[in-house]
Amino acid sequence: MKNKKKRFFKPKEKRLNRSMAGNTLLFVLMFICGLAMILPLVMVINNCLKPLDELYQFPPRIFVRNPTFENFSDLFTLMSDSWVPFSRYVLNTVIITGGGMVGHVVVASLAAYPLAKHRFPGKNILFSMVVLSMMFSWTVTQTPQYMIISWLHINNTYLALILPAFSFGMGLYLMKQFMEQLPDSLMESARLDGASEWKIFWNIVMPNVKPAWLTLAIFQFQQMWGNTGSTFLRDEELKPLQYALQQVSAGGMARAGAAAAVTFIIAAVPITFFLICQKNVLETMTSSGMKD
Amino acid sequence: MAEQTQASAKTAGVSQETLDLIKRQGTLGYQIKKSKSSYFMLAPYFILFFFFTVLPVVMSVAFSFTYYNMLEMPEFVGWKNYIKLFLEDDIFMISLKNTLILALVTGPVSYFLCLLFAWIINEFKGWLRAFLTLIFYAPSICGNAYVVWNLILSGDRYGYLNGILLRLGIMDEAVIWMKTEKYVLPMLIVVQLWLSLGTGFLSFIAGLQTVDKSLYEAAALDGVKNRWQELWHVTLPAMKPQLMFGAVMQITQSFAIADVSIQLAGNPSVNYSGATVVTHLLDYGTVRFEMGYASAIATVLFLLMVGSNKLVQRLLRRVGE
Repeated sequence: MKNKKKRFFKPKEKRLNRSMAGNTLLFVLMFICGLAMILPLVMVINNCLKPLDELYQFPPRIFVRNPTFENFSDLFTLMSDSWVPFSRYVLNTVIITGGGMVGHVVVASLAAYPLAKHRFPGKNILFSMVVLSMMFSWTVTQTPQYMIISWLHINNTYLALILPAFSFGMGLYLMKQFMEQLPDSLMESARLDGASEWKIFWNIVMPNVKPAWLTLAIFQFQQMWGNTGSTFLRDEELKPLQYALQQVSAGGMARAGAAAAVTFIIAAVPITFFLICQKNVLETMTSSGMKD
Repeated sequence: MAEQTQASAKTAGVSQETLDLIKRQGTLGYQIKKSKSSYFMLAPYFILFFFFTVLPVVMSVAFSFTYYNMLEMPEFVGWKNYIKLFLEDDIFMISLKNTLILALVTGPVSYFLCLLFAWIINEFKGWLRAFLTLIFYAPSICGNAYVVWNLILSGDRYGYLNGILLRLGIMDEAVIWMKTEKYVLPMLIVVQLWLSLGTGFLSFIAGLQTVDKSLYEAAALDGVKNRWQELWHVTLPAMKPQLMFGAVMQITQSFAIADVSIQLAGNPSVNYSGATVVTHLLDYGTVRFEMGYASAIATVLFLLMVGSNKLVQRLLRRVGE
């Protein structure tokens, strides 16, 4: 165990059941596969720094030769004279992405707790419905969903995007699976102390499944951030940043530079969010006492 | 039955009142009343779920028995859409075959890859670990990641794959990969696998975090010798809920492959070599506006997924035995 690579592994001096040969093998494997996986990220970053002639170079090259920030200043100029102020798009995105994400995590977790830990009539039917609903094609249900949103008169409001996002199936399923792992004794002792179910949920269940809801937040952020809202929102003042960015970049050759910058921004925001969440996913559980 | 318990209760000296109480607790009404707090917690989610998911799905299934072009009112046609689907639509049969091949290959393989990489990443720590996770998740988070593959699989000799194979002398002339029937499906499998470290992968990463650390120590005392034994006997059984979740996500992903095929092979692809059930569905739903027929396709696909889910869940129950 006297290899330099060792410091990348958990610093605990002796990890059980780990051989050096195995470590090396896995590290090499990770490195090779990692090269293939990181390719799109490398391309997005290089493209946004390319001047126009390099973007249209043939045969195409992945790496940039004369990096420039022109694309970003172009994009800035284009956005600054849009009809709806840039800050308004940002506000819309914060409301739609933030609302859809926080709301979903809370509402789905709240429903997942009784499904995982309580006994009541109808439990299995409700849960199977959620799992099965994920298997029905999204493309087809969009039409009836549009009708329902019109009937409810929430068309052309933020709610048309946020409310359906609250009830996505995946989040509930994910949270329920993680909550199922919690030992019953954890809740039982709190119940004996006279804590209400609501309190148990917030103070005991949620802190213990932090990796799960942080992961769910990543999924939901990505989902909501990618939504242009063009199906349900008519008013320009309500549309999110994603929509504005895609409009600006959809200008063919002349806008190719701005488009490359847009691609970078569209990827960079969720990546930042992802890194922050992941860092926390990986740090939390080592300290919490999850013993039966 | 009730008389029996009454009789045995009498001999045990239990009063009639207690007996009534036990009886009442058994009834549905009492159970529901007792679970009031559970239902309150479920209510916000399931009310929305009913409106935005259950109702649309039920309506879609209903549409599958109609002719519906999204302009006129749907017209009831009975089983006609399904009969056409299975007896007259040759392209559906091709797409069904392709989907089954894609799902049977990419489903299990990508499931194991997700698990393998999540498990390896779990050995690292801190920012390095977050960064490694990002690298492997990158194809799922960079919106238009397929573009890379257009460069690699480009049909001229500047495409990276052609370039390498020509230089190595393996081929004499460039191959138009995505326009040559026999290469389309294998290439789609490769790209799909590359793309598939998504939902399942991240949930495994989170799942590995929740495995009780003391289990490992106990296992080492019980004679677990190396990390592979540890994986099978300790880690996997401890994260069964995540394995179940990952499997369902894998099924919904691998049966619904469409975007990759459309981006790389086009829709329609050469001789329908890249057609899948969902590309076929998109063709009817978003190009031809035959929602009734598209709904019938969706319903068949749904039943297919439900069936394979049953199968997979049964297999997963054996993990760690």
